[in-house]
Amino acid sequence: MINKFVASVVDALHGIEDGSTILLGGFGAVGQATHLIEGLIETGAKDLTVVANNAGYGRVGLARLLEAGRVRKLICSFPRIAGSTIFESLYRAGRLELELVPQGTLAERMRAAGAGVPAFFTPTGVGTRLAEGKETREIGGRTHVLEYALPGDVALVEAWQADRWGNLRYRAAGRNFNPVVAMAGRLTIVQTQHIAKLGELDPETVVTPGIFVDRVVHLPHGDPVL
Amino acid sequence: MSRPTASWTPLSRTEMAARIARDIPEGWYVNLGIGVPTLVADHVPVEREVIFHAENGILGIGPAPDAAHVDPWLINAGKQYVTLRAGGSYIHHADSFGVIRGGHLDLCVLGAYEVAETGDIANWATSENDMAPAVGGAMDLAVGARRLWVAMEHTTKEGRPRLVRACSYPLTAIGAVARVYTNLAVLDVTPEGFRVLDMVPGLTLDDLQELTEATLSPAS
Repeated sequence: MINKFVASVVDALHGIEDGSTILLGGFGAVGQATHLIEGLIETGAKDLTVVANNAGYGRVGLARLLEAGRVRKLICSFPRIAGSTIFESLYRAGRLELELVPQGTLAERMRAAGAGVPAFFTPTGVGTRLAEGKETREIGGRTHVLEYALPGDVALVEAWQADRWGNLRYRAAGRNFNPVVAMAGRLTIVQTQHIAKLGELDPETVVTPGIFVDRVVHLPHGDPVL
Repeated sequence: MSRPTASWTPLSRTEMAARIARDIPEGWYVNLGIGVPTLVADHVPVEREVIFHAENGILGIGPAPDAAHVDPWLINAGKQYVTLRAGGSYIHHADSFGVIRGGHLDLCVLGAYEVAETGDIANWATSENDMAPAVGGAMDLAVGARRLWVAMEHTTKEGRPRLVRACSYPLTAIGAVARVYTNLAVLDVTPEGFRVLDMVPGLTLDDLQELTEATLSPAS
């Protein structure tokens, strides 16, 4: 019997190595696997590269992980948000490397990784400082920039419902990057608000099929707080 | 404004949003950036069916909820609570930027620091040494939507023109802007530069030119 549910955050995060690249779902607080992110601190893993849309806020989730000094590099589209003070101070002090990526390029680089496409050309960023030094090509009379796939050693996902095969559904805008990082992580770990019995999720409405999921932990923590 | 006179009054942010909303026809799929662009949705009547998109995976955003009807899982790209209207749907981030980059949006309205007469836009960083930069979806939206309109004040608070010959701030995209709505005028970007379509009452083309670095031409 396949059962991807594990009992605890510690079990869910077992085996994550130093130097890993960690992909995070979530857009701000919504759909971010906050408990798994904070759980990384307890694993002791360090020298991490974290890929996320935002760089955390206040002293929760990613901001806590940054504060604990476990992150070497952040790959991010919109790090500076209200309350992102921990990111800002680390970045200004030169203690955090930042790779700034347009949001659609960030999503597509992870989608490409999950889909087995090593690189792609995009019109986004042409002629801007974020395309400096990158290969370009004229295609159909328009200039494009070459961008490489961005796979993760680990992906951390927040779902609304999960069954024991790892089939997932999300809630409203909590979907965001989650299905994308789920495909792009070699080890995809999910925290879910609700457990569904196998067969209970309508197959027409499963958003992330269990093939992309390795471990699930049930953490009914409630609604995100902005 | 640098030299307000008794003869004309700049539009307020709300009036700018209402002016833009007038030009959005039923049936368009539209993405609104942060700031004045977000306010545009409030001025499109619900019965004129315009489908608003947000980068974080929403199609069919409805009016803002009152405090009693907030869904904590339903925010827009500016991280404000929103609603979903009947017919709306959720998509993941890669599909959401497929919507953007794939040319499926009829319109995107963004704020900006500067727009050049060539249609270049600078809206994400104010200096080459910005210590905590953030770009978000601006570069994808600028190149991907079928039309890019910009909403911004005609000049900076210090009176420096924002409609320029060449942008001084880091670029978001080159040759992308189709139209600019300022608090003084509506201008199309044409192969010959900015063409003035509309001005606030009492303002002359000469007045407007004085507040603009790029050369303006009249509508006809």
